[in-house]
Amino acid sequence: MSAFALILRREFGLSFAGGGGPALAIGFFLAMAALLPLVVGAEPGRLAAVAPGFAWLVLALASLLSLERMFERDYEDGSLDLLALGPAPLEVIALAKGLAQWLSTTAPLAVFAPLVAIGLGAAPSLAPISIAAGLVGGVSFAFLGGVGAALSLGSRRGGILTALIVLPLFTPPVIFGAGAIDACAAHLDWTTPLLLLAAYSLAALALCPFAMAAAARNALS
Amino acid sequence: MIPALLNPERFMAFSRWAAPMLGLIALVLALGGLGLDFAAPPDRHQGYSVHIMFIHVPAAIMSEVAYVCMGVAAFLSLVFRQVLATAAARAAAPLGAGLALLALVTGSLWGRPTWGTYWVWDPRLTSELVLFLFYAGVMALELAIDDEARAARAAAILALVGLIDLPIVHFSVTWWNSLHQGSSLTTPGALPGVYLTPLLMMVLAYLAGFGALWLVRIRAEVWRRRAGALALRGAAA
Amino acid sequence: MSFDFDAGKYAAFVWPAYAITALVIAALVVDSLLRAARWRRAAQTAKPDDGR
Repeated sequence: MSAFALILRREFGLSFAGGGGPALAIGFFLAMAALLPLVVGAEPGRLAAVAPGFAWLVLALASLLSLERMFERDYEDGSLDLLALGPAPLEVIALAKGLAQWLSTTAPLAVFAPLVAIGLGAAPSLAPISIAAGLVGGVSFAFLGGVGAALSLGSRRGGILTALIVLPLFTPPVIFGAGAIDACAAHLDWTTPLLLLAAYSLAALALCPFAMAAAARNALS
Repeated sequence: MIPALLNPERFMAFSRWAAPMLGLIALVLALGGLGLDFAAPPDRHQGYSVHIMFIHVPAAIMSEVAYVCMGVAAFLSLVFRQVLATAAARAAAPLGAGLALLALVTGSLWGRPTWGTYWVWDPRLTSELVLFLFYAGVMALELAIDDEARAARAAAILALVGLIDLPIVHFSVTWWNSLHQGSSLTTPGALPGVYLTPLLMMVLAYLAGFGALWLVRIRAEVWRRRAGALALRGAAA
Repeated sequence: MSFDFDAGKYAAFVWPAYAITALVIAALVVDSLLRAARWRRAAQTAKPDDGR
């Protein structure tokens, strides 16, 4: 088995250890969904209008939740040092970590989010586009999140700092994904925003591992 | 000129006269620009509030220019590990953040008479807000890491990532705004000459002012490192 | 050249905008100059020289 596949398997396994992968993020999702009617009012029309966008936004936020897992644990127990010294370049390891994050957290959420949106009153016909946007956009969230997680290694503020770093970077994928869902709801062209989202996610996939590796090396220095 | 600027000694010699000169240029341009600004008649659509344009647009433009400066300096500090580059990146951040903040506040006040609200999701104001958050992230990251060298490198990486993301943010916000037919701050059509001249002068004034302050702050950084290095040597002696 | 300072109903927006701009710019200038002066002094006390 190639080194990359091995690392991917390790990362994937780790992300399910001690807390069952997406369970935490899904729990967060449900809690937020329960709060929305309390804030907006339970009137069905109003909830339904807000629901798809809300679900998309919470998807972006929830993918921030398990970011500590990406680098922090390895950093603290010394595994990151070993990985850095190993045969595979740190960029490849970062790529594997990003993919594992996507597979274990953002992708399951992408499937779960539309269900919650429907529960809040969104039209079921929006489910396919929501899932597509979630899966594609999830790559951006996972990889950009990874950059934030790697940068805040060894810092004093951890979680909230990562969020501050990462959320502004989320602006384009959030806009494109919401645009795709909105366009679908209005029976307009949803392919353009979805393609833009895909382009952004591909760029994130290609470029973020370099930033993640540089940040990890910096933290280990 | 670039090799001269990369050498701390020669930089200090250069900035010694360059900084005050830029400051003077900034002052003269600002006085002239403001003079022409208040000599200009109120706008047909915006009335007297058009005068805010003369302090909003330069701040907005310079907040972006400052980020590019910070990003380039960050790139140079990561690739060439030049002390001056690191100092330049760190020095630019608070200046750019202050300019972004000014752009946001003046932009909000500029829009208020026209729209009755203190905030509109105008594509430029929204981009400006995201830019401000980029600055906040870079500065927060640098402050949160104790080791100075590591903190500077982490902030530099983030600044670079932000620099690459910035055009995309602009594009995405503009695209979103075109869909929602949001409002726009700028008056449609070409700017009349009576406004154009003071506006250009103000933009150049802000540019020169940023240059002057940036040089001053980099000088402060260089002295700070010298003081620290000498103190260490003194302690070891 | 005559200056038009009659802001009319826009006064509540225009003057605060200028005031805040002046304030922030002044703060940046003062902070930068003080910072430079302070570290120049520190570098010189550690090693007296011609202060370049």
